[in-house]
Amino acid sequence: MTFDPPMKPPASDLVVEVKDLSTWFDTGRQVIKAVDNMNLALRRGRTHCIVGESGSGKSVTARSILNIVPKPGRIVKGEVLLYGAGTASGTIDLAKLHPKARQIRAIRGRDISMIFQEPMSSLSPVHTIGQQIIETIRLHRPVGRKEARERAIEMLAQVKIPRPERSIDSYPFEFSGGMRQRAMIAMALVCEPKLVIADEPTTALDVTTQAEILDLMKGLQQRHGMALMFITHDMGVVAEIADDVTVMYNGEVVEHGPVNDIFFAARHPYTQKLLASVRALESRSHRAGPAAKSGSGDAILEVSNLTMSFAGRRRMFSRKAPEAPVKALDDVSFTLKRGEILGIVGESGSGKTTLGRCILRILAPSSGGILFKGRDTAPVDLAPLPQAKVKPYWRRMRMIFQDPFSSLNPRMTVYQVIAEPLLNHGVTEKRVLEDQVAGLLERVGLASDAMWRYPHAFSGGQRQRIGIARTIALRPELIVADEATSALDVSLRAQMLDLLLGLAHEFEMSLIFIGHDIGVIRYMCDRVAVMHRGRIVEIGDTDTVCDKPSHPYTRSLISAIPKPDPRLRGKTERIRYKSEVEG
Amino acid sequence: MTISADLDSPAGGSPAARRDSASQWRLMWWQFRRHRLAVVSSFVLLFIAFVGIFCEFLAPFSPNAFSPRYTYAPPQRLHFFDRDADGGLIWRPYVNGYKITIDPQALRRIFTVDETVKYPVGFFVKSEPYPMWGGLFTLETRLMGPVKKGDPMFLLGADRLGRDMLSRIIYGTRISMSIGLVGVTLSLLLGIILGGISGYKGGMIDNVIQRVIEFILSLPTTPLWLGLAAAMPNNWPPLRIYFAITLILSLIGWTSLARVIRGRFLSLRTEDFVTAARLDGASEPRIVFRHMAPSFVSHIIAEVSLAIPAMILAETALSFLGLGLQPPIVSWGVLLQEAQNIRSIVTAPWLFAPGVAVVIAVLSLNFVGDGLRDAADPYRQ
Repeated sequence: MTFDPPMKPPASDLVVEVKDLSTWFDTGRQVIKAVDNMNLALRRGRTHCIVGESGSGKSVTARSILNIVPKPGRIVKGEVLLYGAGTASGTIDLAKLHPKARQIRAIRGRDISMIFQEPMSSLSPVHTIGQQIIETIRLHRPVGRKEARERAIEMLAQVKIPRPERSIDSYPFEFSGGMRQRAMIAMALVCEPKLVIADEPTTALDVTTQAEILDLMKGLQQRHGMALMFITHDMGVVAEIADDVTVMYNGEVVEHGPVNDIFFAARHPYTQKLLASVRALESRSHRAGPAAKSGSGDAILEVSNLTMSFAGRRRMFSRKAPEAPVKALDDVSFTLKRGEILGIVGESGSGKTTLGRCILRILAPSSGGILFKGRDTAPVDLAPLPQAKVKPYWRRMRMIFQDPFSSLNPRMTVYQVIAEPLLNHGVTEKRVLEDQVAGLLERVGLASDAMWRYPHAFSGGQRQRIGIARTIALRPELIVADEATSALDVSLRAQMLDLLLGLAHEFEMSLIFIGHDIGVIRYMCDRVAVMHRGRIVEIGDTDTVCDKPSHPYTRSLISAIPKPDPRLRGKTERIRYKSEVEG
Repeated sequence: MTISADLDSPAGGSPAARRDSASQWRLMWWQFRRHRLAVVSSFVLLFIAFVGIFCEFLAPFSPNAFSPRYTYAPPQRLHFFDRDADGGLIWRPYVNGYKITIDPQALRRIFTVDETVKYPVGFFVKSEPYPMWGGLFTLETRLMGPVKKGDPMFLLGADRLGRDMLSRIIYGTRISMSIGLVGVTLSLLLGIILGGISGYKGGMIDNVIQRVIEFILSLPTTPLWLGLAAAMPNNWPPLRIYFAITLILSLIGWTSLARVIRGRFLSLRTEDFVTAARLDGASEPRIVFRHMAPSFVSHIIAEVSLAIPAMILAETALSFLGLGLQPPIVSWGVLLQEAQNIRSIVTAPWLFAPGVAVVIAVLSLNFVGDGLRDAADPYRQ
């Protein structure tokens, strides 16, 4: 083992200790125990990761520490002990203070500060970055305006914001997502707090940006020596930065310990299951056949020189030339073979979703060809067809949506949802419909009596299964799955992918799988296309692209993915890619 | 998360199972029921509606029956029990008579209660025949009234001509409430058609409709109403004036409803489940009526129940100024015309009773609308 397990630090390193904390939400109809009997010790200079699935109580723990639990939540018992607030010695129990007391307001920002998931909504849009940082400084330190400004510039330089003297007067909307998160970190650290709580600070960011932010946070922690409480659902991120790990499930701590113990000697079955599902996505699925069924040459879809540009806005009463059109797809060409699973991977804004929607002709491409060769129909170029003429092909080409909540109409029963495509394509007899819907539900792993319930009765994973049942109802030949597993918890992803793989083999479907997660792509795809700024920069067999990427962008993308193995920490070299466009 | 029992669904089947298979409307009902004020208000509204529908039967007198002897008579107290010859209490409702004296300085009649005179009051008393529901059939019984014809009974006082305020308010309920309903129905028709087209089609059509709406909203409403109302010929029959007024009110009222509907269309159009329905091969009308309509109908109902009070207030304001409905039509606004001067505040405060009716009706409509709006989207997290 190359990674030194950290020594157990002395007790005097304690910054915040959480004892038997319970935060409950009493909605009047039911009491939700968001956090129950939580114990936690946060120590100086160490990173403590709280990991768990959505709804496990991670964020509520963080908010309980700062005593900013949203209503109707309430800390019902327990202590949050802060050791040595400000310059004083001794401890304060934060849970006992009134949420609006002067004492706790002084502590927030000075002793404990927080970094949120979505920097755009946690920064004020009407104040400059500088004003917001300076306000934080002056709230807690008796310094002048000028001095505070110098301190803010210094802090922005520390978080590696270019040209801090000028950036300090920018507004948040002028920054990119990564830059905003850097500014947020600067604001959190400017008063040199003893504890920084980061609530999923990189979840909203692309992998390459995430890697940079993680590196930055590690560097800053070494420099300032504060305790860092890092909330995440991503075991890769945990492996990357954690010293200690607490695993939460259903509001309770199931296990905690040093990072190596959690990863290699997990005792609790839930932790073991979580790690197993994470590791499953590190290799190819056992269900995926031998990579690349090439050679047959029987293409189902040929996309050639596809370009999609969104027209720039034309302003009323403006003499200026309209804004230049935005090219979402730039000369994209690829071929999909029958029965093949093609992954399309890229960061947000790379045009992968637009590509999927263009292929299905939900959007009309600006130019190029989409040649679709159905099983027993003549090849047809979908690109120039009007919407009405595309409609018949929608029974052969279907789509799986990303968000299982918005893609099912909450006002229709599961039966109505799944029967809809059948009904629209001529199956009208109720008995036949019911039988078919029941069969489809069973095929995707749900009980057939689920059809009389409404979508709100189902969890995210079950809803996604319902969505898949709707998609395969017409026995399509091609499915475009747009981030079909991104909204699901890690433990469900592998199951969902296996289900899709099984269905693809059973019905001989071709699949275009759009995603930003290389792990998911590698798990199931035969070939991968990497997209960057509307172009396919690299396309090839999954193994080749993932292990021996040839394009520098692919290399930077692959190097940025956090590996769920703490031993590899610091072993992967980050490759940064600057495209020609950025200059 | 630990989910304890769903207290809101009564026994019979497991609560979770009931919720799982509960339709949108049932979920809305469960949500609405939790809004206490709205539930109470809906009972108040039901009562008002009942009064409006059966006003001829419920009112003790015809709204235009006058008695010069009792001008500005104050409200009488209704006694239910009387003492019989032995001094025991018996059920015999009555009202006391008035003693009328003349104030020599103000030359004004002063009414004082005369305990010695008792006018018996009965339920389901015979009256002169009157037409029910605009002449559909005639009745000769009223819910209550003086047993002997011609006896005074002014439970809410009398007005300038000695007409019974209670009867006039009861008759006014029908006109005032129905003008709100009819006006909103007209606005809703215009709003759904124009707002729906605007939101669903988008582009140039949307642009034009929105500019028209903005133009209409920029007009100062009161002068516009005044102008339109003044333009109505004097010799129109009251019924035609009534419909003209509702038309004038809804000409402005549709704009805000159209905006709400357009907004819902716009946000729904980009929902994934609508795209999914399109990919499922659903036709355009099917997408609109089967997939989109259920999600905005509930919102529209809520909006409408909030638009009715505005209509009622507008009618009241117009009639109060003397430009809306004209006597002999009786609406709350028309009744309030009587309370326009300082004299009535001092000498006959009961002339403000129609105002109380307006406040009660508008408040309960607002509370119900509030409850409906909260319940309109039961799927909001």
